[in-house]
Amino acid sequence: MGIDTPTSDGNTASRNEWPLWEIFIRGQHGLNHRHVGSLHAPDAEMAIKNARDVYTRRNEGVSIWAVEAQHIAASSPSDKGPLFEPAQSKVYRHPTFYDIPDEAGHM
Amino acid sequence: MQQDALFEYLLRLGDNTLVLGHRVSEWCGHAPALEEDIALANVALDLIGQTQLWLGLAGEVEGTGRSADYLAMLRDVWDFRNVLLVEQPNGDFGQTIMRQFLFDLWHVLVLDALQASSNTQVAEIAEKALKEARYHLERSSDTVIGLGDGTVESHDRMQAALDLLWPYIGEFFEPDAIDLAAQENGVGPDLSRLEAAYREQLDRVLKQACLTAPTDFFAHKGGKTGFRHSEHLGHLLTQMQWLQRAYPGASW
Repeated sequence: MGIDTPTSDGNTASRNEWPLWEIFIRGQHGLNHRHVGSLHAPDAEMAIKNARDVYTRRNEGVSIWAVEAQHIAASSPSDKGPLFEPAQSKVYRHPTFYDIPDEAGHM
Repeated sequence: MQQDALFEYLLRLGDNTLVLGHRVSEWCGHAPALEEDIALANVALDLIGQTQLWLGLAGEVEGTGRSADYLAMLRDVWDFRNVLLVEQPNGDFGQTIMRQFLFDLWHVLVLDALQASSNTQVAEIAEKALKEARYHLERSSDTVIGLGDGTVESHDRMQAALDLLWPYIGEFFEPDAIDLAAQENGVGPDLSRLEAAYREQLDRVLKQACLTAPTDFFAHKGGKTGFRHSEHLGHLLTQMQWLQRAYPGASW
């Protein structure tokens, strides 16, 4: 095992930790995979195995996806304003101005 | 199969999973990574679940009213019938994983064979346990390969673990009167055939793991016959059984 060596900028150099994986589980046939959490694993195969042991031991899943966290592109919290606020004042984008015919059933 | 021989045969199956299950549970809260901790605890729970089935059936076959709990918690060390491998101490993580792998490989082969047992209850338990054992084997063999073919340090630790545990493999396959009676009655498998498959699969994994099998075929014996356990089993039982010994009949 490697030794944690703190550097002057406060980061930890070469912690020798396994990479972080984001885990998605599909609960039943027909439903989407849902993010359930993250874990560490040395490679993709072990990530699936660890996910099986950590997240499906109470019979939660029929399918597992594991994605290395560094491969996920994420929006920045500081962009929240420009990204999302413009949509707030545009109620007409919600299809709430229609009367749904009874024959259409639940939408 | 004679009732007392079948009882002994079932004790062997149940004591293997009980003692290894307890050993693996000793890692709970101590494994090198959280994910491994949970995975090892799952393995331990699977093995203890299988123990309930094997020892439950053993108690039925014996017919004197001893339950699985009684057999697990109130027998003394000389009445245990597990192989010596499973009672060996955990050592470092590598040693635990090597022990697990050497057991899992045998476990899958024997359960697979027991699915065809002439005793339907044995066949049914084997079928249920096999699914769990297959996953255990997949996990332990991958970890043996990962660590064996890892850093210099991890490789050396895995090689040391293999050298240490190697002499405990032979006991699985050394048939005695009970094994032969099981085989003759179609209850259990032919151990020599099992050994050929075991050695072949073992070689394959060790090669991938860059580990060298010792050439010595000396085998420690006396666990499954109950003739002589190693000193470690008694210590394990003091931990495992103390509650039932101190508070007889205590229940959850």
